[in-house]
Amino acid sequence: MSTVSAPVKQRTPIRPARVLLHVFLAGTALAWLAPLLWAIFSALRPYSETSERGYVSWPHTLNFDNFKNAFTQSDMTHYFMNTLIIAVPAVLLTLFLSSMVAFYVSRFDFRLNLALLLVFTAGNLLPQQVIITPLYRLYLLTNLPGITASGKLYDSALGLVLIHVAFQSGFCAFVLANYMRSLPHELTEAALVDGASVWRLYWQITLPLCKPAMAALATLLSIWIYNDFFWALVLISTGENMPITSALNNLSGQYFTDPNLVAAGALLTAIPTLIVYFALQRQFVSGLTLGSNKG
Amino acid sequence: MTTDTTTKTPEAAAVPPSGAASASKRAAQGHRRLLTRRDRITLGLMAGVPTVLHVALVWVTALASIALAFTTWDGIGFDSIKWVGLDNFKQLFNDNPQFWPALQHNVVWFVVLILIPTPLGLFLAVQLDKKIRFSRVYQTAFFLPVVISMACIGFVWQLVYNPDTGLINSLIGANKPGHYIDWIGDPKLNLWAVLIAASWRHTGYMMILYLAGLKGVDPSLREASALDGANEWQTFKNVIFPTLRPTNTVVLVVTIIESLRAFDLVFVFNKGAQGTELLSILVTNNIIGESSRIGYGSAIAVVLLVISLIVIIPYLIATFRKERRA
Repeated sequence: MSTVSAPVKQRTPIRPARVLLHVFLAGTALAWLAPLLWAIFSALRPYSETSERGYVSWPHTLNFDNFKNAFTQSDMTHYFMNTLIIAVPAVLLTLFLSSMVAFYVSRFDFRLNLALLLVFTAGNLLPQQVIITPLYRLYLLTNLPGITASGKLYDSALGLVLIHVAFQSGFCAFVLANYMRSLPHELTEAALVDGASVWRLYWQITLPLCKPAMAALATLLSIWIYNDFFWALVLISTGENMPITSALNNLSGQYFTDPNLVAAGALLTAIPTLIVYFALQRQFVSGLTLGSNKG
Repeated sequence: MTTDTTTKTPEAAAVPPSGAASASKRAAQGHRRLLTRRDRITLGLMAGVPTVLHVALVWVTALASIALAFTTWDGIGFDSIKWVGLDNFKQLFNDNPQFWPALQHNVVWFVVLILIPTPLGLFLAVQLDKKIRFSRVYQTAFFLPVVISMACIGFVWQLVYNPDTGLINSLIGANKPGHYIDWIGDPKLNLWAVLIAASWRHTGYMMILYLAGLKGVDPSLREASALDGANEWQTFKNVIFPTLRPTNTVVLVVTIIESLRAFDLVFVFNKGAQGTELLSILVTNNIIGESSRIGYGSAIAVVLLVISLIVIIPYLIATFRKERRA
């Protein structure tokens, strides 16, 4: 690798060095995609062929049968719906609650501001496993007859939504508070003098100005919550109630009986995140790097 | 998990942009004077509801972890909670054959991530920052593993490592009985195998963080350095890298937290069997495993909490002190 970084002057690009750089980057990029391409390749081949001829062999048949079978046999639609039921409310609620906290700390109270942000940010940095044992007990002990199907917070979509919101709102509050602080103060000042209520300041004046930050966070949150594996693994007991990412683990033993089907099933769960990522790439990256450099 | 993992991960937004805090302080006081009673109630609810939810589910449970670590409890009635002092910790440190390996694996996890994928991510970011063609395409390729869930990554790498049908063993002919190289089951190999998968993902994450950091480097610095006759490596070492300091701090914290959080990948890979034990796996196995011991599980969580706080507290103090000064 170090041989490639031969001196290349920024202002006068020397052609051969550029070519070498492209060769290096293209090679590395391909190597990076190799595990995914291998998974796609395996998923496209029938099990009978790979078991007979080995996995590293010239393909005779390539088709989407494994994808179709993985999707229908495991009733994947059901699990995608489970994810949707959890992720949509969780994202909206996180943004709503954290923007309110951000609005409060960035516009009104400066003594509480730091303490509050500190609590939220620190909470967000903790590993999930630090809180899981008491949380698991709390969810088991919370009786909600008639509200959730299980009668408890445990094993319910509501429980998952709540922990996602509580855990993620720290990060969002921090980012949004910084964003709101950069908005001109005269804006809300003037409206307040005109007799606008605090709610109007928040809902009609501040929030619309935060659209770029909110879009970035929404993209990021959707992918994180979709990708969550741990919370659902511990806080959901009925396999049927699991969101897709966590369900994958059970499905792989039950329905995906050969490696080709496992590959197809795993790749299918990645498709929604990839769609969101490619459609909203800029939002995702800007969300991830929000505030990591002074900007 | 997965944090977000995943994973996830919020720490990126760590260094706040310096705002005009002192000017806005005056404005805020002006704000407050104009509030009606109803406004005050609205504000109280706006700050209060999210805070209660966050504190109840994150901080109260974290404190409960600490408290429960000194007790035994069957989880049924609160009156069955019994104070046992340091018993759980003594058992953990002296009698649990998995504890020290797990702690060691967490440390190895961090060392590997900071030594291999982090510099590699920085290197790729520096190359991709050179306004070259197809930069976007390359970035997407390196960043793709960060978007996909850790669970999915676990399955994808199983296909690479599987002793019978996997890519590696098929290529080197080690997939015949008697010649097996068991990348997943062999306790001498499996941690390294799973670390390759983790590094594969971490590189892209670091690359994006560094790319953002590099965008903030003043181009005139680079020009001045080139005019002084510095070559690329000298410019990077003496000019660019020192200005990346804020990014480096974020990268360090993100990497430590990621190594403490590591869970999904290992769980999918081999359920944290011998060779790949991690503190997070021990905590989780204690809950979803056969015999759940609440106090004992909490004691493991406390070890994890203490290590995290050693990192989190100085970092946050530094970050917020900077903010207050701004």
